[in-house]
Amino acid sequence: MSTADSGFSMYRPGAAPASGGGEPAAPPAPILDAQAKVDMQADEAAARVRAVLGAVDAELVGLAGVKRRIREIAALLMVDRARARFGLVASRPSLHMSFAGGPGTGKTTVALRMAEILHALGYLRAPRVHPVTRDDLVGQFIGHTAPKTKEALARAAGGVLFIDEAYYLYRPDNERDYGQEAIEILLQEMESARDSLVVIFAGYEDRMETFFSSNPGLSSRVSHHIQFEDYGTDELAEIAELMLTRDAYRFTDAAREAFQEYLDRRRTMPRFANARSVRNALERARLRQANRLVALSGKVSRDDLMLITEEDVRRSRVFAESPDRG
Amino acid sequence: MYLRHGSFSYLPELTDDEIAAQVRYALLNGWPISVEYTDDPHPRNVYWEMWGLPMFDLAEPDGVLREINDCRATFPGHYVRVLAYDAKLGRQTIAMSFVVQRPAEEPGFRLDRTEGSDRVQRYGVHSYATEAPSGARYGRGGDGAR
Repeated sequence: MSTADSGFSMYRPGAAPASGGGEPAAPPAPILDAQAKVDMQADEAAARVRAVLGAVDAELVGLAGVKRRIREIAALLMVDRARARFGLVASRPSLHMSFAGGPGTGKTTVALRMAEILHALGYLRAPRVHPVTRDDLVGQFIGHTAPKTKEALARAAGGVLFIDEAYYLYRPDNERDYGQEAIEILLQEMESARDSLVVIFAGYEDRMETFFSSNPGLSSRVSHHIQFEDYGTDELAEIAELMLTRDAYRFTDAAREAFQEYLDRRRTMPRFANARSVRNALERARLRQANRLVALSGKVSRDDLMLITEEDVRRSRVFAESPDRG
Repeated sequence: MYLRHGSFSYLPELTDDEIAAQVRYALLNGWPISVEYTDDPHPRNVYWEMWGLPMFDLAEPDGVLREINDCRATFPGHYVRVLAYDAKLGRQTIAMSFVVQRPAEEPGFRLDRTEGSDRVQRYGVHSYATEAPSGARYGRGGDGAR
């Protein structure tokens, strides 16, 4: 809240459209007769969904299975909309999801895109993702958990509640843990607020497996279990290219090959986190490039500032065969 | 007697959707919302009981409505109101206040006159509802006008 604007500033209706939750509903479109034809691709929602799906394809490398699932869900919702035009009302599909995959496989990014798709199709009131972890849901003492979980749910209302590292909610080794209470409240809310809230559980694959198997009620209420595969070297290289292009950098050809080699080595090392590791590697390459340019202490051209050379990549610790290389 | 208290009190009862729309307006202005209840309708009774803490950082009114409904379920025969507080420097005051539930039967008030010194008249308002102890007023079964 800025204190600079003293006195009044009031929200004026019409500044930002919002729908649902106390907004007057638009009058329902007349029901078409059985002979009519609906063009599913023609309405505005479909165009927005196509735009988001296009963005998903452009931004996310690989993840074929995830993209297919997103397309399927979007198609189902579009068909549901078209059916509603003919008065064929089906129950609203349950949209709670679980994203299981290794670190840095794009779970959060996909959640953001998912929120946009669901909002475009009118299943969410806002394309908002409210990310929470165990600490935001589970309390420290008796009677502390329910208000916390309810508060998180209230903040996520109308959007997506994204529970990162969801398997921490349930600690089977500690029976005095309040995580179970949080899960029960979540279950209630997932049923009762089905039409205004989508819950996404995210976490590493093997642990999510244990988490769902120890909470059978939860698993059955989550209708879309989406697996995020680890990336291959080629996909990681492609991601690196995307990241560099976005920041207006370029690899030289030699640097590109060196980076492939870097990825091959890095993947066998511990704590490899897919796209996140790639981003960190590029950050460090940029540091080394900056160091090199400053050390030159002369004039630099535009190309010098953009190019990341083989040397910048090779000086990484990953290539350190002998201890004298930094 | 129909108690007039806060905004919209000369309008028909607000529906839940209308309440949500008002709450949304408050949230768009960045005003935290709180829910309060009482069974003492005296006009000078400014501070009502708080139902939980004020709700900060909300984007949608769903959470507020759930609290309102919890409060209605717990106190079916009380007055319940919704407050929005504007914390802006230079304002720092209640920006909205409206009743969202009232008892089915409201017995009303009596005007008391007392003689002061030098023939001065002192007036007081006596609420019939407060003749019963707090908690036993308005009949526990009295489902508030929804």
